Amino acid sequence: MSTLFLASVGIEHFLTVGALLFCLGLMIALGKRNAIGVLMGVELMLNAVNLTLLTFSRFSESDRPIAGQTFVAFIITVAAAEAAVALALAMSVYRNRETVDVDQINLLKS
Amino acid sequence: MDGSGPVVAFWLLAAVTLVAAGGVLVSRNLLHAVLFLILAFIGVAGHFVLLSAEFLAMAQVIIYVGAISVLLLFAILLTPRAGRDNGETKAFPVGALLAVALAAVFLFVINDTNWKTVSESPALAPEALGEALLTSWVLPFEIASVLLTAALVGSIMLARTAEEEAEDALA
Repeated sequence: MSTLFLASVGIEHFLTVGALLFCLGLMIALGKRNAIGVLMGVELMLNAVNLTLLTFSRFSESDRPIAGQTFVAFIITVAAAEAAVALALAMSVYRNRETVDVDQINLLKS
Repeated sequence: MDGSGPVVAFWLLAAVTLVAAGGVLVSRNLLHAVLFLILAFIGVAGHFVLLSAEFLAMAQVIIYVGAISVLLLFAILLTPRAGRDNGETKAFPVGALLAVALAAVFLFVINDTNWKTVSESPALAPEALGEALLTSWVLPFEIASVLLTAALVGSIMLARTAEEEAEDALA
């Protein structure tokens, strides 16, 4: 099992990398204090999802094999839009509060 | 995927990607974290090449490594008094526990499932992606361009100062 696991690369290997990358991104997104750090975690999670989608697109039998790649292209587009809006929000918060730490932005806390 | 070339490439890329993602987690300086993030993006682009998605690998390099990383660096440099500390909140142990539990579930499912896979890669030239985008998925394609325009205008509206808004009102 172990020699075979190392000698040839299959769907499990790519899915494992995707899963570990997603969980690292989740850890960063949930734990970081700086809002820009949180955004980095979100970007890593999006990358992991793209990797997983492409893995299934490559290893699965399908009538339309290009569909998975098209989906990833749209995710990259939406991720770019999300990053631009999120960083503009960070700038706006910084201008008003002089901080981008997510645990300091607590205006709604009574 | 057999043969020593792709296998060695996979393990190298997997190591680079995951170590760089770990670097984003542990580095204390936000600027170092962005540099690690760029390395992780490049590693993911390499995986895309291994999965025979060459066009998306190039798009990944241009959009993530080129544009989003520069955007992140801009945001860090334009918030100078917010500090460059990449520390964790009090909620980090809970989040880490959640992520580790999720990773355990994922790894169990991945290794336990009997995946039905095709051995040979479907032959997909970049032209096929372009043709699909402009025939089957032309409506989502147009919606994506509207979304990008809206995001661009929205970011400019959010990021400009009150003085700039007042100047625009006078003009």
